[in-house]
Amino acid sequence: MYGKGLRALSISTVVAMAAALGLVFFYAPLEAEQGFLQKIFYLHVPMAIVALCGFVIGGLLAIQHLRTRDARWDMRSYVAIHMSLIFAVATLITGSIWAKGSWGHWWVWNEPTLVSFLIVFLLYATYQPLRFAIEDPERQSRYASVFAVTAGAFVPMNFIAVRLSTAYLHPRVLGGTSNLPGSMAFTFMVSLVAMVLLYATLCKYELTAKHTRAQVRALRRRLSGETGTARRGRSAAPALTASAPSAVGSEV
Amino acid sequence: MISAPAPTSAPALDAPALELEGLARHFGEREALSGVSLTLAEGQTLVVFGPNGAGKTTLLRVLATLLRPHSGRVTVLGCSIPDQSWAARGRLGLLGHEPLLYRELTAKENLRFHARLHGVSDERVAEVLDAVAISARSGEPVRNLSRGMVQRVAVARAVLHEPELLLLDEPYSNLDPAAIELVAPLIGSASARTRVICSHDPGGGLAEADVVLGLRDGRAVMLARAGEVQSDQIAELYR
Amino acid sequence: MRRTVGALLRKELLVELRTLESVPGMSLFAVTTFVVFHFALNRNSVDGDLAAGILWVTLLFAAILGINRLFVADADQGGFDGFLLAPVDRSAMLIAKVATLLAYLLAFEIVAVPAFGLLLLGPSLGKAMPQLLGVLALGDLGVAVIGTLVAALAVRTRARDLLGPLLALPLLVPIVIGGARASSPLLALGHHTALPGRWLVTLGLYDLVFGLIAYALFDFLLED
Repeated sequence: MYGKGLRALSISTVVAMAAALGLVFFYAPLEAEQGFLQKIFYLHVPMAIVALCGFVIGGLLAIQHLRTRDARWDMRSYVAIHMSLIFAVATLITGSIWAKGSWGHWWVWNEPTLVSFLIVFLLYATYQPLRFAIEDPERQSRYASVFAVTAGAFVPMNFIAVRLSTAYLHPRVLGGTSNLPGSMAFTFMVSLVAMVLLYATLCKYELTAKHTRAQVRALRRRLSGETGTARRGRSAAPALTASAPSAVGSEV
Repeated sequence: MISAPAPTSAPALDAPALELEGLARHFGEREALSGVSLTLAEGQTLVVFGPNGAGKTTLLRVLATLLRPHSGRVTVLGCSIPDQSWAARGRLGLLGHEPLLYRELTAKENLRFHARLHGVSDERVAEVLDAVAISARSGEPVRNLSRGMVQRVAVARAVLHEPELLLLDEPYSNLDPAAIELVAPLIGSASARTRVICSHDPGGGLAEADVVLGLRDGRAVMLARAGEVQSDQIAELYR
Repeated sequence: MRRTVGALLRKELLVELRTLESVPGMSLFAVTTFVVFHFALNRNSVDGDLAAGILWVTLLFAAILGINRLFVADADQGGFDGFLLAPVDRSAMLIAKVATLLAYLLAFEIVAVPAFGLLLLGPSLGKAMPQLLGVLALGDLGVAVIGTLVAALAVRTRARDLLGPLLALPLLVPIVIGGARASSPLLALGHHTALPGRWLVTLGLYDLVFGLIAYALFDFLLED
């Protein structure tokens, strides 16, 4: 059931990505000051937005987990945060390249968005170690959810605090899409849609893979006899245990 | 501050003290308990036998409302667990492997702390300290006491609030014969409380039991009235 | 609720008085850190931004010491179970622990702040003191709330000494921003500008939001 719609989603992601890249390189005008380098904006900003939204969504899914105690919500929260972390690393790298290109430094402290992003990233970097350090799977998911909710609420608050702290603001394209010329804004929106689709597809792939693995393990356990309590190695990733046997369906 | 522990909710009339139906609890993929069902009438003693890792401690922690059951129906003192756990708390006393005492505090300070949590008077603290014959050393930090004495203080803590149900995990470990006699009125059969006891001692355990439960790999492999069980049947459990 | 919080607070303070593990350690750590800063910066006195930064970084790291110990006795000596067996509101433990940590912070700042004035600070502390106290109190409240939540999250994990600080530091960054920016004009040479109100508001709001988050989530950290 997790695999349903995966093909359609994958195809639309590929199409949207191709369209976005085509627009970026052949349609969007060269920016006057920064030239070709500015095109990284169409990659960097959508990734940052998706990563941050993913973190917040991870927190909302974690609330659902705490309310229902259903391990599937923890799995979704985990996948959302895990994928956002990967996007966040890419965001920091592209941001760094952009900073080097336009200001000559790999890192600039007077760009509040980038600084906030780093703080958020540092916080979420402890998500996996936290999970890994808790043996009991049920407590692991509950503690991880408490973390995810706290950190999810921290994301917007941190952005406000850091922005307040930086008196000096760069007048730049990042300020909003409203001051962009139409062709740039259009390209940006398409890139954003493509990035959202990419994120959703990757999340769905990971969920499907995890679900399939749980089913295989449940089947294998049933094959080796009910008593075979093959212990899983220590892991930071949640595992679905309860739902797998019922999903197998008919029993001979 | 001075108030007797009032029952937080009236149990249904003639309800058994304990009712388990298909209780299961797992830790990840490891099943610690599965399909355990039994009924225990008020005032009776259930003795649980089983090798290490059979699920005895897990069972006690579920009954103590410290662990949530994953499936099955659990009723403790008429309260369904975990939905009404709050109503069962304060009416049961747990004496586990750990004494649940702060090592840096004295026996008296520890008990007063628990007395305040349970709304019990300080006089009752003095009374139970007397009952376990620890009054003379009740001003020393718990870390200075011998293991036997710590166990006696733990007994005092477990019965401090006059619980209706006692959950005892090998309660006589670390106690010498004189001390066992000393705590008998508090946690022994003379206490007239409903009791669940985990034991490794077939002879001593059987003598106290009304009902015997044998656990193995989290499953109930034996459930019988004490009179119908021989001690070599229990020894069989450990093989 | 009040009875329970009182019992818990009393227990905390008794344990601290008996072991003297938190407050003296934190105070000594802070004073030593000021000495280290003197040599590391090669400065005899500091003021303004630099002074505020040193003060807040030192307070933060000293607070981490207290945060790391906050729940250790409860986790290792069965305090959680003992508390959970009692028919009491679980939030009482959150309130008691926040109050405990807050008391530790205030007690250690009685030593650390004058020591800072004596050892490193250029301008005299006297005139700025009342306003500085206000900033410190708001910052301490936030540190106490976040510290308690993080300590409860980390204490029953295998790497608790490491995870505690790793989780706490990013969450405390906004408090450092607010605290340091608000105290920097107070510690500047010469003229005293008015206390920047927006930083106090930021700190207060941050404290409030995290207080609500901790209140909503703390119960989930206690049960098994």
